[in-house]
Order: sequence, then C-alpha cells, then structure tokens
Amino acid sequence: MHTVVLENVVKTHGQVVAVDDVTLSIKSGEFFSILGPSGSGKTTILRLIAGLDVPDSGTITLQQRIVNADPPHVRPVNMVFQHYALFPHMTVFENIAFGLRMHRQSRQDIREAVEEMVALVRLKGKTQRFPAQLSGGEQQRVALARALVNRPVVLLLDEPLAALDQQLRQDMQAELKRLQQEVNATFICVTHQQDEALMLSDRLGVMHRGTLLQVGTPQEIYEQPVSSTVAKFIGLSNSLSGMVTRTENNFCWIQAEAFPTVMARCPEGGVEHGSATVMVRPERLHISVDGPVNGYENTFPAIVHHVVFHGNEMFYQFRLRNDAIWTARVPIAGTHARPLVPGQSVYLQWAAHDGLVLSS
Amino acid sequence: MIHLPSHSLPLPLKCSFWAAALLLIVFFLFPLLVVFGVSLASRGLYGGVEWVGTLENYRRLADPLLGMIFLRSILFASMTTLVCALVGFPLAYAVARVSQRWQLVFLTLVMIPFWTNFLVRTYAWILILRADGVFNSLLIQLGVQSEPLSLLFTDFAVGIGLVYGYLPFMVLPLIVAIERIPPQLEEAAYDLYASMGGMFRHVILPLSKPGFIAGGVLVFIPSLGAFITPYLLGGGQKMLIGTLIQQEFLISRDWPFGSALSFGLMGIVLMLGFVVSRTFLGRSAR
Repeated sequence: MHTVVLENVVKTHGQVVAVDDVTLSIKSGEFFSILGPSGSGKTTILRLIAGLDVPDSGTITLQQRIVNADPPHVRPVNMVFQHYALFPHMTVFENIAFGLRMHRQSRQDIREAVEEMVALVRLKGKTQRFPAQLSGGEQQRVALARALVNRPVVLLLDEPLAALDQQLRQDMQAELKRLQQEVNATFICVTHQQDEALMLSDRLGVMHRGTLLQVGTPQEIYEQPVSSTVAKFIGLSNSLSGMVTRTENNFCWIQAEAFPTVMARCPEGGVEHGSATVMVRPERLHISVDGPVNGYENTFPAIVHHVVFHGNEMFYQFRLRNDAIWTARVPIAGTHARPLVPGQSVYLQWAAHDGLVLSS
Repeated sequence: MIHLPSHSLPLPLKCSFWAAALLLIVFFLFPLLVVFGVSLASRGLYGGVEWVGTLENYRRLADPLLGMIFLRSILFASMTTLVCALVGFPLAYAVARVSQRWQLVFLTLVMIPFWTNFLVRTYAWILILRADGVFNSLLIQLGVQSEPLSLLFTDFAVGIGLVYGYLPFMVLPLIVAIERIPPQLEEAAYDLYASMGGMFRHVILPLSKPGFIAGGVLVFIPSLGAFITPYLLGGGQKMLIGTLIQQEFLISRDWPFGSALSFGLMGIVLMLGFVVSRTFLGRSAR
C-alpha cells in the first residue's frame, strides 16, 4: 500500500522551477530517502508533503486522500526541520508535548505519551531543560521526539544529521533506523549525504534540478544507475566517453579515442548508437603490475598518480592516456607486497559485466 | 560593591569605561543632584530658590489631591502603553516579516514623524480633532454624524495624542524582537497542528516578550511625565503629573516643590518598575 503518492507535481518559486513534474509513490512503513545536491528541489518535496508549500499543479495523496488544499495543521504528517526549529522558550517536555496540546489531549495522556517518547529517544532526566542547554545530538532527539509523539503516518526529515559532527552522525544513523523500526512509521528523509542515503534507506530517489532521475533500492541505484549524473552522485565512479560501435547480448562495445575498444554492460532498455559513457566503480578495478593477466575483457595502461592510505584500504589515483584520473580502492589485505608508487606504470583491468554503459 | 575595571583590562575598554562614567556623571548624576538639592530648599517670596533646608516640599506630596493626579497619570500611561502594544504588535509583525524592500519602506514611514517637531505634530492633531476639524468634517460629509463631536480637550484626545506620540517607541523594539524569531518556528508550530491563533499565542507572543518589555518601558515612562500632549489636546482641564510639574516650574515658579514632585514621580516609576520586573521577569530570568 502506498502512503504518499505524488503525481506530476510542479512547484515554482518565482522564475525557478523547484520541483519539475515529479511522480513518486512511497510505500507504507518504508524508509525512503531523497538524495540530491543542494538546490535540487528535495526539500521542496518535503514541504509540499507537509503542506508548508502548495503545488502549482499535480496532486499529492496521503493515505488515498488528495491533500493539495489541506493546511499543514490538519495533515497527519510531522516534520523534523533541518536546524530542528525547537521552541527556545519551552522546556524539552513542553516542546515534545506541543503537538498533543494543540490536539487538546488530556494532561494525563500528554504526560504518558511524552514520557514514553522521552524513554524511546533516551532523554530521561533532561525534560526540564531548555533547548539551549542541550548538545546538538540531544536537540536532534528532541526534534525527533516532538514529531514522533504525534504518531504521524509519515515522518519527514530534512537533512536530519547535517548539523552533527561525524561521530555523532554515525550514532544517530543507527538511532534513526532503530526508531523507524520501533514506531513502524513511514520515514521520508532528505539528504545530500550519499552514504547516509545508502545506509538508511529501503528505497531512495535521486533528484537533480527539480527532476527525479531514478528511484530504486540502494543496490539498484548503485549498480544500475540510469545516467552518469546518478552514477556520479552515488559513490565514486570512473568514466570514459566514447561512441557505441556494437551491441550484442546486453553488451556494448565502446570506442574512445586513443583507447582500445571497451566492452561493458548495456543499460536496461538498451542503448542507442552514438556517444555514450562507460562507468566503472573503483572497487571493481583490478591492478596488474607485471603486465595484463587473463580473465578481464578490458585492459588500460595507466600511470600511478597518487596513493592515499585509508586505514583499511588503499586509495589509488591513476592517470590514463587522455589525462583523465581514475580511482581504484584496494583492501589492505589484498594489496601487493610492494605498494604502488607514483609514476609507476600499471595495467587497469576489469570484467565486461563490471562496466556499465550510460547514455550521455 | 561596584567593580571598577582592573589593570588587566585592555586600554580601549578602560578608556571607554571612564568616558561612559564621565558622561553619566556630567549629564545624568550631576543634574539629578541639583534637582534633589533644590527639592530640599524653599521657595523665595517672588519665586526663585532660597537655600533654606526643609522637608516641607516632600510633606506636601502627601496631599490627597496630588494622589488623584498621580493615579490619573498612571492610568493614562498604562492605557497608552496597552493601546500602543495592541496597535503596535500587528504593525511590528508585518514590518518584521515583509520582504527587505518593503521593510525599508515601512520603517521609513514609522520614522518620518520624528523628522518634524513634536509640538507641531501635536498641533496637527488639534486641527484634526476640533469641532470644525478634519475628522468631524469627514463624519458630517459622510452623513455619519449631523452635529460635530466634541473630541478636542477630552481624555480621548489626550489618549490619541499619547498613543500617536509614543507608538514608534513600542513598534521599533517589537520589530527587533520579532525579526529574531526564525520563521521556521512558525512552520514548526503549524506542522505540530497549531492554528494561526495557536501559533501566535504559543510561539510569537512569548518570544516577543523582550520587545514588549523594552517597548513598554519606553512608552510608559515618557507618557507618565508627558505635559505637551495633555496640555494641548486635553486643554489642561484635567491635571496630569507632567503638566503639574511644568506649571510649578514655569507658572507658580515654585522650583523646590516642582523638584520634589519630580522625585516623587521618579520614585513611582522605580517602584512600578520593581513590581513589574518581579512579576513578569522573575520566572524567565535564566
């Protein structure tokens, strides 16, 4: 069952088209992320669902009901704002109780619901503090509790972890996932952090300049990006542009100037002859130091450009013939006895099914 | 115990401290002491001050007639403050929330009256309010009223004059306070099921409190001592403390009693300030 359905939604801010004909269905109980660079319109989608913005055209359906004209205070959704927007003059308790008070619930019910929520987000003993007396992570929990206490059908999160430092962000990622499972609500999370989106989401959508480029599971989007824009946005990728010369059995042959013909997977739905881009993920590259080895369809000569030690893996940059820089990631356990040094000549090799052709 | 700046303070800070202290002594403390001295002296036979020490001036403050004047002044000042707050809040909210360009226009409109002399602006109100004035002609032209209303020289006219004169002092601090409230807090309130009324009651009004306090002080104190407005628009028919002090100095030429009245007024302001800050500020002092 779909909790939230957007159909052909358009929203402009003056001359700027923030959301351009977006159609999207979000299933009940799923953790859905909208990933995109800032200004891609992802926050506007949240605001449209919350009712803080009204679409120019298209329909927004919440639980089979068109809510286009409903003001925010009658929609069964709640939002966690980017900078939390906690009420500075209210204690933690009063902040969390706000929505229930507006719904005129009894004091007793409010107390019980708030206490339950305070336990859930682990804020016991801090209910009488004011937001300014809390750490960033605690403020984040108050913001979550203040929204979740109302048992929303959909919880909207606008860059929920952006304001936290790295360590705290990782803790809160786990926390968010746990909360979502415990309250069993639909979460829609907007982020520009790809690792966040990949780790948290059941499905995610990639947005760019107001359009939704692709929707799928994190694995689908990582392995089957529909375009080079999506590929660039999710994970690191190496790419090479050329012309499609032949297609056969879901494989394409690409000819790029000064390179041997490259064999790679065709995208789903095939590819047209003409210019295209080959994409290879850094972890799929095999580095051959002493000449090419068998078992790989593609082999490029390259020069080691830069070596970075990342603790559990080595991070190499190579310069190709056309001066493009490609990266490869090699787990430390599999590193060659002699680490590569800049200036060294090597061969980058990869199997045809590890490369993907994207129409440019 | 006053903490004077220690030797460790940087030079610019030290200089500005002593400059501020000097300014306060010359322009505030010294005149105040002079007035206090005069209030302890006696009136000369033909006006003027005779330096014969006496507490007689302060004893005269106990006159029940004066009590009435003080009470009436407090009532006028309170009403002025209240009306300024009621009228000023929507205006301040609008100015704080419109786009930057309109904000400049609105702020200029609020400030323009300050470019003209206060006395002239009060005379303008006489032209508006008197029997053959702008307001009455308009009512008669529109057929709302057949006879002109007598508006001038009433409490109503004094009230209008005071509100008009001191409204900017309420609006400006309120604009500053409201501008500091992130608009996202309003959205959060709506998202948490608040209606527009609920949003104002629970978010904007409590967070505007610093503006109301500053504005309230800036309106209440000068309107308590106001003398031009009650004199011109009230016709001096009902005595207010400001007009009384003015008369003691300029007409009765009883400087010592006028000074004692001024100190009485200051005592009342301080007392009211103390009570108000205890009731309104005590809880949120953090």
